[in-house]
Amino acid sequence: MKRLAAWAALAFGVLYFLLPLLGMTEFSLKMRRGVYSLDAYAKVLADPRFQETFSYSVIMAIFTILFGVLLVVPTAYWVRLKLPRARPYVEFLTLLPLVIPAIVVVFGYIRLYNTSSWLPLTGTATGTNILLMFGYATLSLPYMYRAVDTGLRTIDVTTLTEAAQSLGASWFTILGRLILPNVLVAVLSGAFVTLAIVIGEFTLAALLNRPAFGPYMQLLGANRAYEPAALAVIAFGITWACMGLIQLVARLAPKPAIPVKD
Amino acid sequence: MARLPLHWLGLVPFLLFVTLFLLAPTMYIVVGAFRTIDGTFTFDNVIGLNTASIRSAYWVSIKISLASASLGCLIGFCMAAAMTLGGLPKAIRGPLLTFSGVASNFAGVPLAFAFLATLGPIGLVTVFLKTSLGIDLRMLGFNILSFWGLTITYLFFQIPLMILIITPALDGLKREWREAAEILGATGPQYWRMVAFPILFPAILGTMALLFANSFGAVATAIALTGSSLNIVPILLFAQIRGDVLGDPHLGYALAFGMIVVTGIANTIYIVLRARSERWQK
Repeated sequence: MKRLAAWAALAFGVLYFLLPLLGMTEFSLKMRRGVYSLDAYAKVLADPRFQETFSYSVIMAIFTILFGVLLVVPTAYWVRLKLPRARPYVEFLTLLPLVIPAIVVVFGYIRLYNTSSWLPLTGTATGTNILLMFGYATLSLPYMYRAVDTGLRTIDVTTLTEAAQSLGASWFTILGRLILPNVLVAVLSGAFVTLAIVIGEFTLAALLNRPAFGPYMQLLGANRAYEPAALAVIAFGITWACMGLIQLVARLAPKPAIPVKD
Repeated sequence: MARLPLHWLGLVPFLLFVTLFLLAPTMYIVVGAFRTIDGTFTFDNVIGLNTASIRSAYWVSIKISLASASLGCLIGFCMAAAMTLGGLPKAIRGPLLTFSGVASNFAGVPLAFAFLATLGPIGLVTVFLKTSLGIDLRMLGFNILSFWGLTITYLFFQIPLMILIITPALDGLKREWREAAEILGATGPQYWRMVAFPILFPAILGTMALLFANSFGAVATAIALTGSSLNIVPILLFAQIRGDVLGDPHLGYALAFGMIVVTGIANTIYIVLRARSERWQK
């Protein structure tokens, strides 16, 4: 009886999750009348706008990840090492992007950093790109910080730091050659979540008027029939790849050499 | 060397970033909601939200968020319970959790496309029901560009999120509790009603608050699905930022301020209840 109910719940879930995936895949193959074909994919992939917006978003994702790592790793390390009392507060700040809707934050950007303000970032394309990157970094902050902080928990930060210092290492060496390699797996999993977020993101890019992949997909969806389904399949594939890579790195991760203290 | 003050310097880059790109923009909107164009203090903007169209936008948004959060909780809970306690093969657990991770991140524009291709006017399910079973969804009053259409679509990221959050809580139910209850003569339903459910209740309600905020702030899915045909708060605010449809930028601030208030309340509930539910998971 209990097992039957369990199977029923699972079957319902599988049906609900499979149908849309099946629907979009089937629809994306229907461009040519009467037969299944990959025409919609060929059309999408050949579209120069697809190539431009997709590579724009990938580049933005890479910069966002680099910036996020530079910001989060030293901060999380410092908090664990010297300011454990500040940890709840820093954690609270990193969770705020989940509370404040992205559309509100970007509304603030537009008003605060417009051409007549003290920091006119939206005045130039480069400035807007930088602003967008900061926006993406904000959106991914909860995931990045969580990942890195969890990674730091598995190593003995204090002992490692003291050992390095007694051997004469500088702060730069400690962070770059000791802490970062030790939390690399955590950093990578944060990076892949960031990649998944940035590539599909719509609101920020659309309102800051940058040629990113999200607004391109929306535009295509408003004007075409079959191509959007093909795009959805591609986007779903990218999300799968990102999550799959997280699992893969986690599995390949070396076990911490130093016993966990926490 | 002075000890305490110098330590704080390490946090300066982080605090500077958070202030400039998270707190200040939000505060600007909040303060703007209580200001006139000349910069004097006023409640007029917030009072100005009280028009039929804006009221209904908030109401529809809240209804969709409530519906997708409670259904997401219910279905997600059933699936997680089936996986952890229902005696399903262990091999299902890993793939289901991985899939939940993917699906909870598969939101926004592509998700809307997937549902249009499935439940839209010429979508897979719509056509199948019509040609094979003679059921015309349109005649039955179903439309993907509607309250239920949006709710069903949001469930695609709500259910997996619930599964991901509630599974640890279900794993935390100790076998001793069940055994103790059984020794004292409790039946299965009694155990659930009087032991397991009260323990899980804060976690469930807390997650529901999180799911509520999650769908309340969802912009991309709604816009890609409905264009601007559905009057909900995120779409209204998007249109306002794009083209100032309300004719007064400060009314836009008030609209955004209202969103912060609603998601803020939902998240406060989540944080408070989460702290409560973690008491049992030691």
